[in-house]
Amino acid sequence: MAHAVAVVGTGQTKYVSRREDVNIPEMVREAAQRAMEDAGVTVDDIDAVVVGSAPEIFEGVNSPENWVGIAAVAAGKPLMRIHTGGTVGASTTIAAYYHVASGVFDVVLAVAYEKLSDGIAQYGLSACYDPLWDRDFACGAPALVALQTREYLARYRNKVTEEHGAMVAVKNRKNAIKNPYAQLQLEITVEDVMRSAPVATPLKLLDCCPTSDGAAAMIIAGDRKARKMTPRPAWIAGVGTCTESPYVPNVDMAYPESCVRAAQQAYQMAWIYDPLRDLDMAEIYEAFSFQELIWSEALGLCEPGDGGRFVESGRTAMDGEFPINPSGGVLSSNPIGASAMIRQLEAATQVMGKAGEHQVPGVEKAMAHSWGGAIQFSTVTVFSSRL
Amino acid sequence: MVELARGQEDAREPVTEVTGAMDVVFKHSYGEHYDRFYREMRDNKRIVGIKCTRCGGVLLPPRPYCGKCYAPTREWVALSDEGSLLTYTCVHLPFIGQPTDPPYVYAFIMLDGADVQFPHMLGEIEPEDIEVGMRVKAVWNTDRKGTLHDIKYFRPV
Repeated sequence: MAHAVAVVGTGQTKYVSRREDVNIPEMVREAAQRAMEDAGVTVDDIDAVVVGSAPEIFEGVNSPENWVGIAAVAAGKPLMRIHTGGTVGASTTIAAYYHVASGVFDVVLAVAYEKLSDGIAQYGLSACYDPLWDRDFACGAPALVALQTREYLARYRNKVTEEHGAMVAVKNRKNAIKNPYAQLQLEITVEDVMRSAPVATPLKLLDCCPTSDGAAAMIIAGDRKARKMTPRPAWIAGVGTCTESPYVPNVDMAYPESCVRAAQQAYQMAWIYDPLRDLDMAEIYEAFSFQELIWSEALGLCEPGDGGRFVESGRTAMDGEFPINPSGGVLSSNPIGASAMIRQLEAATQVMGKAGEHQVPGVEKAMAHSWGGAIQFSTVTVFSSRL
Repeated sequence: MVELARGQEDAREPVTEVTGAMDVVFKHSYGEHYDRFYREMRDNKRIVGIKCTRCGGVLLPPRPYCGKCYAPTREWVALSDEGSLLTYTCVHLPFIGQPTDPPYVYAFIMLDGADVQFPHMLGEIEPEDIEVGMRVKAVWNTDRKGTLHDIKYFRPV
């Protein structure tokens, strides 16, 4: 039986398009230091460190763990680097969770980061595709997600429109205004989104995430220590991860099996029967607006094809019954390697009641989701105020 | 006396960044299955898939095992160079590594006889006239080298 594990402290940096006041290790250190301060621990209290980042080609530094691991207080301690495409930030936390749940370590620092302004993000993303097969045609992230979005819109042509994607873009950028760490804090309209320049149809500029510099960190602790460190830890109640193959029969980008399965695993572990009823809010990895609709369906928050109606109803707004992305989501800040951890960090912070101005009142249970790869990796993490 | 390098003479001018660059050529091995696939395209203008011995799915790209069942594949299957459009996007964003200057249409096509999508581009059609489900056919290049570019693009049937 796994040991009970909780998030006891979090730290993040202000997400911006380019930071010139710090280099990569210093930026990582900034988030790690804030997480340690939040948890009230020092370097000596950390038993092991897990570092996560996206492909090296984003920043042009191979084996970045050589530098960032040390910056993240790993000298003299066990260090592991994690990498799983866009889900890496979440996988980093989940690896730290495994460290502690196994009983091998008591207190682990998980930190994930990205400094996209040091390189060329879309080139790096294109280089992630299979060089033997589709790399020449797959262009960055927007083109792949545009194919996913078109497939989704074509399937539900009578139910979901491009305006529904725009509603997500408007909602999340507005939520970001109350999150001091968010990069894009915008008061925009559905019309603004619809009129913004096409990037890869049907995705328009305001349907797309920015590229960001930033880092996020969490202190993960076992039962006994967690209770001493903070009166209200965010217990990791459920964890699900799943991988699927992109080149097999019946791949469904508009209802990805890996997402459905990751959710099932996490819900089962956390005793969640009806996610909409049993959870209070979610942070969903929506790098592009329509993905919030697609993931809402695959995560079981609404029926397949009802994603458009779900956002239109206002139920997922900040003052709705089930707020999605109170932080502003990936649409407002996207330091890729850190983005999936930021979803977890935000969900955990909501459960701890420390989200500040974008705190949703009375959150007891929250979910964080992420996707990565060629829409092939998924993670779901459930946090709870009670064990 | 130490002479200061140019740019450091004025202490008020910040030193903000260093430029790094990589110019590396990689040679990715294809293996026997891709070899046969690309030779068929180059020499015979033919697209071939391979069948999973367990699920019976006709797979693209061809490989020695199914990515879902992990069962071996055996039987090669000649596919049509016609199929149905699964999904598409008109790419407007310019960046390094693109197959051609934007705007262009990137698409997934389900070739007749295949069970996995084929990635390529669409041509001879205006983006606003494209519909998911429409029938398309490969337009082959005359100068073929054994890559996916041996097909110029797919056009409406």
